[in-house]
Amino acid sequence: MPRPPSPSIPEKEFVYNALKQSLRLDGRQALEMRTPVLTFGPELGWVEVAMGKTRVIAQVDGKMVKPPPERPLEGIVTIHSEISPMASTDYEPGRPTDEEVTMTRMLDKVLRRSDALDKESLCVQAGQRVWHLRLTIHCLADAGNLLDCACLAGIVALKHFRRPEVEVVGDEVTIHPPSERAPLPLSLHHTPFCLTFAYFPDPSTPPILDPTYLEQRLSAGLLSIALNAQKELIVVQKAGGVPLAPDEILRIIEVAVMKVKELDRIVESRLKEDIAGRHIEVR
Amino acid sequence: MSHYILPGEQVHAQHVNLKLGPGLLQLSNNKESEIISTRAGELKHSANNSKWWIESNARRYVPAAQESVVGIVIARAGEGWRVDIGSAHMANLDGLAFEGATKRNKPNLKVGSIVYARVSLAHKDMEPELECFDAQTRKAEGFGELKGGFLVRCSLKMCRMLLDPNHFLLPLLGSRFPLEAATGMNGRIWVNAKDPRHIIAISRCIEAVDPDGGGLDEIGVKKFLSTMDI
Repeated sequence: MPRPPSPSIPEKEFVYNALKQSLRLDGRQALEMRTPVLTFGPELGWVEVAMGKTRVIAQVDGKMVKPPPERPLEGIVTIHSEISPMASTDYEPGRPTDEEVTMTRMLDKVLRRSDALDKESLCVQAGQRVWHLRLTIHCLADAGNLLDCACLAGIVALKHFRRPEVEVVGDEVTIHPPSERAPLPLSLHHTPFCLTFAYFPDPSTPPILDPTYLEQRLSAGLLSIALNAQKELIVVQKAGGVPLAPDEILRIIEVAVMKVKELDRIVESRLKEDIAGRHIEVR
Repeated sequence: MSHYILPGEQVHAQHVNLKLGPGLLQLSNNKESEIISTRAGELKHSANNSKWWIESNARRYVPAAQESVVGIVIARAGEGWRVDIGSAHMANLDGLAFEGATKRNKPNLKVGSIVYARVSLAHKDMEPELECFDAQTRKAEGFGELKGGFLVRCSLKMCRMLLDPNHFLLPLLGSRFPLEAATGMNGRIWVNAKDPRHIIAISRCIEAVDPDGGGLDEIGVKKFLSTMDI
């Protein structure tokens, strides 16, 4: 299938002119993001995140395996995030686009390499058994900013997931099913969130947060910042050749800090609401 | 009385002068001929049962002759252009298919420009062909390149609603501010107004009234407009 055609001239000119006056197509402010709607599935560790029309499902699955000999004391976390053509006609199976590669790398940096998840807590018996967690990300619909949505879905799924309790007596390992003993949450050091800002070719156009599909296609550069509510930066990734002054980046980081605090509040309240409605404790 | 049917179901329609509209197909095997539906939707018929059709909603356009569509030029092809109208195949627009065009005097369309054209030829396995003049009068009648403005995408049912002269949306918006709109049957609407805020308002209203995206009615749209700053 040929590459999707770029936006038409009137669309391009209109979006650039409107953005110069800080007018966005869906009526949002320049630095306003779409409020994420979190829906939790019947299983623990399954969540669907919808930011406007962009929808992503994340699911966490765990099983016990023998660890590799070079790392006998840590659990294993693998992330699977192939974008299928279901998300948009831009994606083809088997041929990762630039955006897909960027997303896979960012998810890896934000969720795995950032040490958000305490891998040593996943070790059951040193050198013998550890938990292997599989995080699968399904992109259902791409209406812009699939990256932020996927990162959010991933981290919320990890926070939502409960693993069965394991008892080790000598050499004997018993995995208690959820009906016998309440499953335990994963040990997360911090909660990283990713925010993407789009920059445009005309330097007088201010940057916008959480671009839609058309805004993303017409952008000249994207700046993705992953940080947590404790104001710690995890990843700063800049794609595209738009020159940015250091104080511009610092200003954007300040904006990102405020947004992450809001996101953290939304996620925590939704998680609490959902867990309260479930019977995880054994009576 | 709304009767919903699925593709492949048989429809019992009998009349002396039976006319089958969109979504219905007559199959004849041996001496019997049966009428089956090819789309999922609501089965409707006229008062005297002579005309039958299926009302469905979709987002993917299937080209049919004599329909006006909004296309985006994607490449030059010899004497004409290849235009994307949202269908499975790209359409061909010949350089001479404009009012008053001669070999020396052809319009200058750039890649990425928007055109309002009429589908002159559409068969399921061929590439559709477009023309930029009215079939009978052979004059432009609004067809041709559309400059400026913005392109809004919607479902096919929404653009059929907008083409209905009795629909409320465009006159309601037109009473607030001057606007021009070219509605294509392929789910694309070109709109233009002086202020970008007005264009954004039109775009958001079309998305809100679209059956896919909420299906607001007139009162809902008035409330929605009052929340915007125009």
